[in-house]
Amino acid sequence: MAKAVFWTGNEVCAEAAIAAGCRFFAGYPITPSSEIAAVMAQRLPEESGTFIQMEDEIAAMGAIIGASLAGVKSMTATSGPGFSLKQENIGFACMVEAPCVVVNVQRGGPSTGLPTHPGQSDLMQTRWGTHGDHTTIALAPAYLRELYLEMIRAFNLSEKFRVPVIVLIDEILGHMSECFEAPTPNEYTVINRVKPTCPPEKYNPYEVQDGELVPTMASYFEGYRFHATGLNHDKTGFPTTHPIVCHQDEVRQLAKVSHNRAEIDSWEEVMVEDAEILVVSFGSTARGAHSAVLEMRKQGVRAGLFRPITVWPFPDEEVRRLARKTKAIVVAEMNLGQMILEVERAAHSDIKIVGCQKVGGVPVEPYEIVAKIREVA
Amino acid sequence: MSNRFEVRLSAVGGQGVILAGDLLAHAAYEEGKFSVQSPTYTAQVRGGPTKIDVIIDTEKILYPRTTAIDFFLSLAQRSFDAFAVGLKPDCTILVDPNLVHDCKGRANVFRIPIIELTRTKLGRMVYTSVVALGAMVELTGVVKHETIRKVVEEHAPPGTETQNLKALDVGFAAAAAVKAEVSR
Repeated sequence: MAKAVFWTGNEVCAEAAIAAGCRFFAGYPITPSSEIAAVMAQRLPEESGTFIQMEDEIAAMGAIIGASLAGVKSMTATSGPGFSLKQENIGFACMVEAPCVVVNVQRGGPSTGLPTHPGQSDLMQTRWGTHGDHTTIALAPAYLRELYLEMIRAFNLSEKFRVPVIVLIDEILGHMSECFEAPTPNEYTVINRVKPTCPPEKYNPYEVQDGELVPTMASYFEGYRFHATGLNHDKTGFPTTHPIVCHQDEVRQLAKVSHNRAEIDSWEEVMVEDAEILVVSFGSTARGAHSAVLEMRKQGVRAGLFRPITVWPFPDEEVRRLARKTKAIVVAEMNLGQMILEVERAAHSDIKIVGCQKVGGVPVEPYEIVAKIREVA
Repeated sequence: MSNRFEVRLSAVGGQGVILAGDLLAHAAYEEGKFSVQSPTYTAQVRGGPTKIDVIIDTEKILYPRTTAIDFFLSLAQRSFDAFAVGLKPDCTILVDPNLVHDCKGRANVFRIPIIELTRTKLGRMVYTSVVALGAMVELTGVVKHETIRKVVEEHAPPGTETQNLKALDVGFAAAAAVKAEVSR
């Protein structure tokens, strides 16, 4: 029987992570994400897991990579300033292909900004925050029940493709509570990394079979010895500067995501098929966009909502398809124009694309989106 | 058909309005409704102005923040000054007249000495928020008396059930009395 829960978004992140099999959390407290660490500190010992408060955010990121290589599903949680600090080790996680989950509860402003207020200004940093060509999977749910299921999906995608997965929420979702029936285990699957079956002496940590993209992953301390380095490496895990080997390995790493879009992509569409005005919005802002669309329909304007749930990789083909059928697009976001850049790129069209953008720590309200739709209708 | 009802409970930190908002949301759920709660988030846990917004609807709630508030409670002048914004013109307002002296000319203000009632009828200030909750439910009818009684009884720390239910009744009765006075 489903159990009604009254968790805040941050509590949902912690409980869903545990349901997904996460048994290691390392973090450094930062508003508005701290409750995730607080709940994990209490809950993980109850589940025979481990919680560590590290000396800073980059160390926390390092700790979860270490736990992951030792075979434990792991995560950390932070907000903008801490997310900046983690970038170096997020790149390391990509390079050594360590599955892990990073929750970013976004707050307002650059730098220390507006610690207790929401923002969505880390969208581009999520994609391009760490240097070099690398994959990014980032999920941005808008409802707390959806957040629960997307947290589980984040762990599943990270285990399956051996990549760090970012869950991008904000202060609104992190601190609000919304009662819902907690998903029962028969509503989701839990995926675990594929371990090698060969004897330890034959194991190459980055070797893939023909037609495959994700190497099997041994855990430390189980008899398989392997080297994990941020340097470009060959299938043995040891550094190489061989140009063809390095090129092919980086191409393979990107292909893990680009060749599996059907499984990774996720979005919600509301009345898009006959929409003349398309609203694109994500996360908590998309909830206001949804009510704006309903309001416009009441007034006889054919508006529709496209809400990416997987924000990276960006669902460009679907946006292109919808852009061909609409007169104009309004992109609503709590930043000064980040997702709109992706929408423009994906739409690849001369139709009018305008932003409904706001920073300052207060949400974009439905009436503001309504006004913007009217402007282009 | 959306039946959105927006409630803002404000006070100074420590008076228990966050708990009252929580109980209201549980009652809404008991009646098969949807609810979203957002507390203010400041560094001030004790003594600073604090509030919780609770949105109740018969349909799934989309925009999670308030748009036009139907009911506003204030237990401190500072919280009235800070949070009496975004209220509907006909918003029902409940204040403790011993603590909130200036209601900025707002109409539809109900004045109940919640703190004094709690002290004299219950003896312990910890019941303040439940008295306020009872008054709020009586004034708005947003949930049924029996639903809020059930929720308060279930959530009361063991041994305090009777006193908490009494606190609700004190709130119900005080609000019924001011309503009667207004209609006279």
